[in-house]
Amino acid sequence: MRDDDPNQNEKVDERSGVSRRDFLKISSISVAVPLVTGPKVVFAAGEQVPVHGPGKVPMEFTINGKKHKADLEPRVTLLDALRDEFDLTGAKRVCDRAECGACTVLMDNKAVYACSVLAIEAQGRQIATVESLMQGDKLHPVQQAFVDNDASQCGFCTPGFVVACKAFLDKHPNPTPEDIRRGLSGNLCRCGTYHGIQLAIAQLAQKGA
Amino acid sequence: MADYGWPDAEHRTLIGKRITRVDSPVKVSGQAKYTYDVKRPGMLFGKILRCPYAYAKVVSIDASAAEKMPGVKAIHIIQGPNSTIHWAGDEVVAVAAVDEPTAEDAVRAIKVKYQKLSHLVSDAEPPKGAAQAQGPLSMDDIDDMLDNQVPARQMVEQIQQYGITSKPDEGTLKGLQEDGATDEVIKAIRAATVHPEAGSRPKSNYQKAAAQTLGDGEKAFAQAEVISEGLYGVPVITHCCLESHGSTSEWTDNDHLLVHMSTQNVSGIAGQMAEPLKIPATNIRVHQDHIGGGFGSKFSPDRWGIATAEVSKKAGGKPVRIMLERDSELKVAGARPSAYARVRVGAKRDGTIVAWQSESWGTGGPGGGGMPPIPYVFSIPNQRKEHTAIRNNIGPARAWRAPNHPQAAVITMCALDDLAAKLNMDPLDFFLKNIELGKPRQAIYTEELGIASDLMGWKQKWHPRGQNKSGNLARGVGLSLHTWGGRGHASDCDLTIHPDGSVDIKMGSQDLGTGTRTCILMVAADTLGIPMDTISLQIGDTMYPPSGGSGGSTTIGGVSSSTRRAAVDAREGLFAKVAPALNAQPAELESINGTVRVKGDSSRSLSWKEACSKLGAMPLTVRGKNPDKSKPPDLTNSGVGGVQMAEVEVDTDTGIVKVKKMVAVQDCGLVIDVKTAESQCHGALIMGISYSLFEEKVMDPTTGRMLNPDMQYYRLAGLNDIPELVVHMMTGKGYDERGVIGLGEPPVISPGAAISNAVANAIGVRVPFLPLTPDRVLGAFQKAGA
Repeated sequence: MRDDDPNQNEKVDERSGVSRRDFLKISSISVAVPLVTGPKVVFAAGEQVPVHGPGKVPMEFTINGKKHKADLEPRVTLLDALRDEFDLTGAKRVCDRAECGACTVLMDNKAVYACSVLAIEAQGRQIATVESLMQGDKLHPVQQAFVDNDASQCGFCTPGFVVACKAFLDKHPNPTPEDIRRGLSGNLCRCGTYHGIQLAIAQLAQKGA
Repeated sequence: MADYGWPDAEHRTLIGKRITRVDSPVKVSGQAKYTYDVKRPGMLFGKILRCPYAYAKVVSIDASAAEKMPGVKAIHIIQGPNSTIHWAGDEVVAVAAVDEPTAEDAVRAIKVKYQKLSHLVSDAEPPKGAAQAQGPLSMDDIDDMLDNQVPARQMVEQIQQYGITSKPDEGTLKGLQEDGATDEVIKAIRAATVHPEAGSRPKSNYQKAAAQTLGDGEKAFAQAEVISEGLYGVPVITHCCLESHGSTSEWTDNDHLLVHMSTQNVSGIAGQMAEPLKIPATNIRVHQDHIGGGFGSKFSPDRWGIATAEVSKKAGGKPVRIMLERDSELKVAGARPSAYARVRVGAKRDGTIVAWQSESWGTGGPGGGGMPPIPYVFSIPNQRKEHTAIRNNIGPARAWRAPNHPQAAVITMCALDDLAAKLNMDPLDFFLKNIELGKPRQAIYTEELGIASDLMGWKQKWHPRGQNKSGNLARGVGLSLHTWGGRGHASDCDLTIHPDGSVDIKMGSQDLGTGTRTCILMVAADTLGIPMDTISLQIGDTMYPPSGGSGGSTTIGGVSSSTRRAAVDAREGLFAKVAPALNAQPAELESINGTVRVKGDSSRSLSWKEACSKLGAMPLTVRGKNPDKSKPPDLTNSGVGGVQMAEVEVDTDTGIVKVKKMVAVQDCGLVIDVKTAESQCHGALIMGISYSLFEEKVMDPTTGRMLNPDMQYYRLAGLNDIPELVVHMMTGKGYDERGVIGLGEPPVISPGAAISNAVANAIGVRVPFLPLTPDRVLGAFQKAGA
């Protein structure tokens, strides 16, 4: 739901000379411009800056080692592009604002919240989703540890957690319990599977996965 | 007759063991498809315009600009001019467009004028004299109840108890039926007493129920030697399912609808969509593979689910997906009623509880809400209870895992814990002293209290209140008891053995992440004597035999019983065909480890595949049912007891509470899969820590809106908040022979009370309300002058 507060401050950003309200007006006229446009260049903050959109622009991604192309509006997130354009639905949309981690994917081997990365900014990066972790029919050791320790219930947070755990263990192969608590606090679960996840990580840490 | 009873422990190969969840691999690999993941060919994306005001009338809607936008395919008015809106975020208009951004732009382009009305979103203690006795109901009241999703049973009770203000004509009754009134409700209206004089009275937001009394409270308090008085309560919290509510609907022809819906109630959805869409239920197919959480909030198609089908129709039947955004999910898609109480409870000097008195209140939104079952677990002989329901504009309540029980546990167990402190008794001794009041489960509680005490190290850890402090860190322990029903629901199961030896099961049930799939396969495989992975299981579709909604911990008892009866009948049917080949009577055969053989004679045996080939050309299909009195014994049961203990550490400078350890000891009759059962208990403890320390739906009295409809400020417990958890399932003699009983609700009931009691034990004062946030902890100190 949107709250159209008529008293909203018309705060002017002096650098761009565009108020938040004007920006919203610009983005809402997207339908009036051609569907696909190239970038236009404007002078802002003392630099030449390419401006994309607001209509659809061609984009190209490297996802799970494969090239993908799509025409998307610049406001589309990486998460929505993965889910709606490429049918990679392992990453879930839950909070849609970087609070819960259900959309976690790897970007250049670093765990990111795909809901808070614009698709247009993910171009030229190596994107890896949960779908890339299995080797043929064989589960990744992190996935197998989740299965063994019953670390999923409804399973909606699970793909994000699995990716976050993989990224965490890559960085901390021998984590202390304190490392685990801190390192995996960026993902939330409603069914309460943290106990199983802690056991899964402990199992992997012992094996040195 | 065949023996349908559960096999005893020596004769079970799978039931009662620790078996790994069968759908884990598809979940951990991201392959599991949830409703949110379903993308149908040519699918449109729907969005809903919601009212920003908590109480308002819709004056006008202008969607002309949105209609003209390229990419917008259909617009459907959900609540048109003159509709009354009862909570902020209620649905007004649905839009379908080629993609999500376009749908969002279209919603933004619709202009709605509202007439704001004066709202109430507070659930603070009712002002003195404000409460009004419930009077006869007007047809508007009944329509409001339907609007507010008051359960039919509750509506019938109220209509019978209070009567109605005027006799409705047939047109009005038909209108009510179209709005969702069930046959029972219509019948109750027809039979209701009419009180025409009551129609003109103004309606209060505060509705007082008649006082309930038991024994002689006044006399008992006069004789009590120690009396404790206190204030206790829990606020409204939300379900916050990670997969939000929603569906994808498409018209496969003019009067046939295919629905993918996130629901706890696959078999029950078509019936709820038929009337509003004016097509027969049989024309509606509902499908769901996986669900991302429900917790009691996903039994109905909801107004937005009906709107999804309507907007699809307007878009020429094209598939339309509407899944709620996170803010809407928290604002409108599920809330647990609040409950608060001023309690007096009295005991003899030796600790015997004699009297209870409570004035309680709480809100379930526009529908008000009932009194939780207090005093909980302990049937105190003398009682006087009064309850005031607050009808306000926070949005409708829904069943939340163990409806009303966590509230009852907090109000009761915290009041009793305060009484124990006043008696200078260890609450464990005090609860044991009064355990006979826990009839009929006093023996179970006694055994469980002993086990829990050992697992917690209670006797070493318990100190009188406020006496275990080092520096600014105070430690304490607390406990609580709980109970639940959990009898299995109605369930039909079709099981087919094919002549090639393959087996399939079809059932219109759903797996909420509780392990339903795993348990169905365990029961079938154990009964047929074949491995689980040779059976194909299909659930989650109205094409399969109906099975009840997954609520109230009724699923495991229902699906295990219908599966057991189907598997026994299928096995017997197979034996009848196989017996001649083995030169034996069917009754002499057994099926074990993938072979069918004469009991105790492995020389006269056939492999499962060979045995199935004796079926001839046609597969053998049987239907198992629950309940089924013609096929005894009863395989499910009702009534469980559980005990939980919590240990906390409180920073008395900052007011921050950390849970250090929790112990859950739980009975649920015969446990099918110990592994997934333990996971449910672990999950319930974690969910319990979450609502005890963090969760509250915070309403803004000025705007009438929820202030924290996101996951930053509507905080769920994270991995960092989870302490050592110990779960002990009561199994074996005395438990197994009771049959299968549900487990989803019971372990989530006690955490609030146990943690609150542990905090009181640590810091020496009671923090009256959950969640136990730092400001509340410091406030309690301040009030106590500590």
